[in-house]
Amino acid sequence: MTDRTLRAKVAIAGVGETTYYKRGQSPDPEFKLVLKAILAACEDAGISPREIDGFASFSNDRNDPSRLSAALGLAELRFSNMQWGGGGGGASAAIANAAAAVVSGLADCVVAFRGLAQGQFARFGQGARIPGVTGDAAYTLPYGVMSPAQMFAMRSTRLMHEHGIRQEALRAVSLACYHHAQNNPNAVMQGRPLTPEKYDDSRWIVEPFHLYDCCLENDGAAAVIVVAAERAKDLPNKPCYLLGAAIGSGYRDGASVHNQPDYATSTFKTVAPRLFEMAGVSPRDCDVVQSYENFTGAVVMSLIEHGFVSYEEANDALTFDNLIAPSGSLPLNTSGGNLAECYMHGLGLNIEAIRQIRGTSCNQVPDVNVSFVNAGPMVTPVSNAIFGSEETL
Amino acid sequence: MAEAYFPNGLPQPRANPDGLDSPYWDALESDKLIVQRCSNCQTWQWGPEWICHQCHTLDVGWEEVAPRGRIYSWERNWYPNHPALAEAVPYVVVLVELEHAGNIRMLGNLVGDAEREIEIGAEVEAVFEHHEEGDPAYTLVQWKRVE
Repeated sequence: MTDRTLRAKVAIAGVGETTYYKRGQSPDPEFKLVLKAILAACEDAGISPREIDGFASFSNDRNDPSRLSAALGLAELRFSNMQWGGGGGGASAAIANAAAAVVSGLADCVVAFRGLAQGQFARFGQGARIPGVTGDAAYTLPYGVMSPAQMFAMRSTRLMHEHGIRQEALRAVSLACYHHAQNNPNAVMQGRPLTPEKYDDSRWIVEPFHLYDCCLENDGAAAVIVVAAERAKDLPNKPCYLLGAAIGSGYRDGASVHNQPDYATSTFKTVAPRLFEMAGVSPRDCDVVQSYENFTGAVVMSLIEHGFVSYEEANDALTFDNLIAPSGSLPLNTSGGNLAECYMHGLGLNIEAIRQIRGTSCNQVPDVNVSFVNAGPMVTPVSNAIFGSEETL
Repeated sequence: MAEAYFPNGLPQPRANPDGLDSPYWDALESDKLIVQRCSNCQTWQWGPEWICHQCHTLDVGWEEVAPRGRIYSWERNWYPNHPALAEAVPYVVVLVELEHAGNIRMLGNLVGDAEREIEIGAEVEAVFEHHEEGDPAYTLVQWKRVE
């Protein structure tokens, strides 16, 4: 292994989340939600907010680090980073970028954060109410391809066609997420359990996605504080180290109008091997998996492309029993994830991966030492991360 | 002239102000389908870009292609997420592969009964849907099955 690694160089000092709301129902504006999440993360870490000296976010987050820095009265802003790319593909990348800043000495205490208030701003799932469009949008919006579900359904159909993946595999992902949300007091879908019958009877949004194959639209904010690894033992929480992270996409994955040469992909084929190499673990070593669900079909692709199951095994392995904690062989999205906890653009899944290392998940898997998370399947760039306990160092 | 697949009200396509894809939209007005093909190395390229991804020449040309292809993937939409779609569901979008043009893919609606079974690999041909009412006028490429 080269010196050029993030492995065990940083620790997660604290995590913070606001109450998660159905879209449009936050009593607070987005910027205030972000401040609340950051303060909560500082409290969790047992540090003063004035220790923060950097910010990293993604998906064109509207909450500018300079304003945050002024609002929090920070002595100095040393790192101000935005991961390019739409959707939640940058959720783990924001943590990786924060880690890179700490490891390189650009900053000492960096917050990765995301805020969303879709009541205050536009909803993701609605088509744009504009008279004319140019660029890529000119080739899709006039055909009624306006929302992420519509952009990604055809990729899932192609996956199912090429590899014989059945609707039941998509359904199992959704059932596991909703099952886990029932134990999570901050899950928007707590108290709204899902059954196979309810899934089957739910309306199509766009085939092959039923309503319950699609992520939520929510208001809230989340924050993760990254510090140098040597500080971990002086902090109040059980140490959680970043073992590895990777960002990116493959050959012409960003080609427009659905012209990426490899179409039925989560975009992780080149990114996944880099993650495992840096982390020094294999898929088998991962005790629990958080896999970003914009749509369930993308979770199936992601699990395959990370080597948790093969194309041939997917139909048999991706079952409700296998995907639930603590008993399943591949416990998945143990907070409820983007489908049933909250759509915080995947930062919530990263926080859940950290909780699993700490042993504080609402659906704790016993003895977790290696905790996996990914972000943003089917978009480009995507990202992923693996967290580890002290035993993994 | 083909009847429009959707009622009016969806965002209208416009050529990029920087001129990148003006040849495509202009050609559609006269029922010609043209796509990018590198003048230097003959690589097909879609969507449009200022450079050839294969040889990096900045002189990417355009070539007329036979307006047909095969369904590479598809989706049937049931949720109207725009007011103009309220009475238009279900509707079908197909991704069409043009084997005779370097396997580039184009997207459009599949005209005809939206609830009919759709077969990946089925042959389709282009339908040029002219919108004189557009501001400015424009043409969409739609697709129909070759029976």
